[in-house]
Amino acid sequence: MLNFEMNDSNKKRYWRANLKVVVILLAIWFVVAYGLSIFFIESMNQIAVGHLGLGFWMAQQGSIFVFVLLVLIYAWLMDGLDRKYNVND
Amino acid sequence: MSSMLAQPWILAEADPARIWTWVFVGLTFALYLYIGWRSRVRETRGFYVAGQGVPAIANGAATAADWMSAASFISMAGLISFSGSDGSVYLMGWTGGYVLLALLLAPYLRKFGHYTVPDFIGARYYSDTARVVAAMCAIFVSLTYVAGQMKGVGVVFSRFLEVELWLGVVIGMGIVAFFAGLGGMKGITWTQVVQYFVLILAFLIPSIAISSMLTGDAVPQKGFVFSDISERLNAVLLELGEQEYTQPFGKFSQLNVFCITAALMFGTAGLPHVIVRFYTVKNVRAARYSAVWAILFIAILYTTAPALGMFARYNLIKNLHQSTVTKIELQTGDETPRVYPIADQGKNPREQAFEAVRQAQQDNRPAEPGSAPGNEGVTRKTSITYFLQSPDGKPLNWATQWQKTGLLKVEDLDQDGKINLKLMDWEAADGKTVKRSELAKIDKDIIVLSTPEVAGLPPWVIALVAAGGLAAALSTAAGLLLVISSSLAHDLYIRFVEPNATEAKKVKVGRIAILLGILVAGYFGINPPGFVGEVVAFAFGLAAASFFPVIFLGIFSTRVNRAGAVSGMLVGLIFTMTYIILCTADKVLPFLFDAPILTSDQWLFGISPQGIGTLGMLLNFVVTWVVSMCTQPPPEDVVELVEKIRLPGEAGSAVEH
Repeated sequence: MLNFEMNDSNKKRYWRANLKVVVILLAIWFVVAYGLSIFFIESMNQIAVGHLGLGFWMAQQGSIFVFVLLVLIYAWLMDGLDRKYNVND
Repeated sequence: MSSMLAQPWILAEADPARIWTWVFVGLTFALYLYIGWRSRVRETRGFYVAGQGVPAIANGAATAADWMSAASFISMAGLISFSGSDGSVYLMGWTGGYVLLALLLAPYLRKFGHYTVPDFIGARYYSDTARVVAAMCAIFVSLTYVAGQMKGVGVVFSRFLEVELWLGVVIGMGIVAFFAGLGGMKGITWTQVVQYFVLILAFLIPSIAISSMLTGDAVPQKGFVFSDISERLNAVLLELGEQEYTQPFGKFSQLNVFCITAALMFGTAGLPHVIVRFYTVKNVRAARYSAVWAILFIAILYTTAPALGMFARYNLIKNLHQSTVTKIELQTGDETPRVYPIADQGKNPREQAFEAVRQAQQDNRPAEPGSAPGNEGVTRKTSITYFLQSPDGKPLNWATQWQKTGLLKVEDLDQDGKINLKLMDWEAADGKTVKRSELAKIDKDIIVLSTPEVAGLPPWVIALVAAGGLAAALSTAAGLLLVISSSLAHDLYIRFVEPNATEAKKVKVGRIAILLGILVAGYFGINPPGFVGEVVAFAFGLAAASFFPVIFLGIFSTRVNRAGAVSGMLVGLIFTMTYIILCTADKVLPFLFDAPILTSDQWLFGISPQGIGTLGMLLNFVVTWVVSMCTQPPPEDVVELVEKIRLPGEAGSAVEH
């Protein structure tokens, strides 16, 4: 439902909270995809996961699990924000 | 030896895999047609956005099928298999881009609520020029991409059903034309849901089988990590003189791994056929959850692929290395399929094969050269096939079959009757020494398609993989064709030629545009111009350099304006395209150049053309921002539009605009 009460400052606060969620999740995304799996893959490979190096595993499989979690957590957090600011339809 | 006697080694007739394939392909195609018929639509909202009432989980499965093309299903595991650690660029590039799409674009574009990406760009940048440029980009990217899908359909048909490639493409075109033309986005959505389940089963079953076989663990993701298969593979590769599988930066430099991953990520996030899938759900919240379902469905395949890549590489080496080889010469006119008798048990297989061929030629030799029925006037050519037996004596029929398609080639360079995969120095025709093994060529597409045969799985699994490859190709092709149709019909024709058309007329124009797209795509699928293969590989870079920054800034900045967006898109696109053409001139413009203008040692900062989209995108960002800052801010109603799409609620609906 359209929320008629939403005033401008609430809109701004909702948008800022939204940006915060996105920035934090994408920071994790960046560290996992580029940090662990590309820039520092060689040092990460010194750590073993099962029979593989952590860097190799992250680059080929681990990062994808993290990506799924990020999208799921995003949907959850945004649900919370929508409820808090009463903007869900 | 007995196994050889029992089985005709030139698979000629009564191939159970082929019968199964006809059954599976027939059943799945019948199902797609049925769904298309059930979902036929009459109005544009159903045709372009499936009525905007698709449940999140169904849209997730449809998005996953849309996203995973023939390349994801057929080629990716093979690409990873031959790239080792650096295969991560494809895995992370294509899934990581999905995170960007889900967090930065999808919810807002759904809130915007109109039919197409050019719609958004045209409205946000209050410019018909921007809309036309965006529509052209969408058509260009989608058309090259769809030609690749059509070719994939042709390859599957010709390999598994032994029909001509063109006929396979035509059958595929007919099926897509039916369910996409009749049902539009609604038909496409529900067929894609079914296609997802076909393709994921077809990918998982052989992967689970090969994982159990090589690692003792039925879950490929677990066998990949917790068995010693990686160590065994590394050891084998070292022995063959290659580098370890898990060693990073063997195929690409670290800088290029970074650039290619980023180009693929930002490019996928900007692909119009995936973005439009989010227009089909009820509201912003459903868009977010359908993104969760989609990446979950995608991850099932994408976390299996690296395991399959590793297992397949190991299995391939184990089967082919030191395999016994028999050279068979056949001449045109002797091609009637028949079972060759195998003479004497006491002789070795090579002698037997030669004898069989000699005998066959004597029995059936045409009186005059080239006068066999159907071959009149054809010059007699000798074709050479190598018949292979694995080191433990099993006939490798799959290897013999793949050689016929030209995707696999072995050469017994030292004539010792064995195929050696060890890298060794050989003298080439021009007197130089080259380092190579006796495996002259192996195409990446073989890895997935041959896994069931290599692993000795029953024929119905082979058939399932064929049906899965077709599902992957057709689902993506349908999504792309809808983008082409909506760009041509909705963004260009209806808007500029006949803005007052009736609903029925609009749907009719949309249908005609889809058929047009299918014809063009089919033509390119049968006669791929040299540049198609190249452009598909670079389509992501082009999408990253053109679409992503403009859509992203259009949402997250209210200051960016028309002048900025148009100049940014043009600079990003022209820079990226020019660099790609300079680096691949011999392939893109073969009639003008026989060598690339920029060779790999002259690459800008050493960045490969596959990764240049990253630089193009950065340029686009900078230009868009700087030009916007130097010119008038956008008008008030555009600022309002941006503020509106930032809030969920008031769910945008594309009823009228």
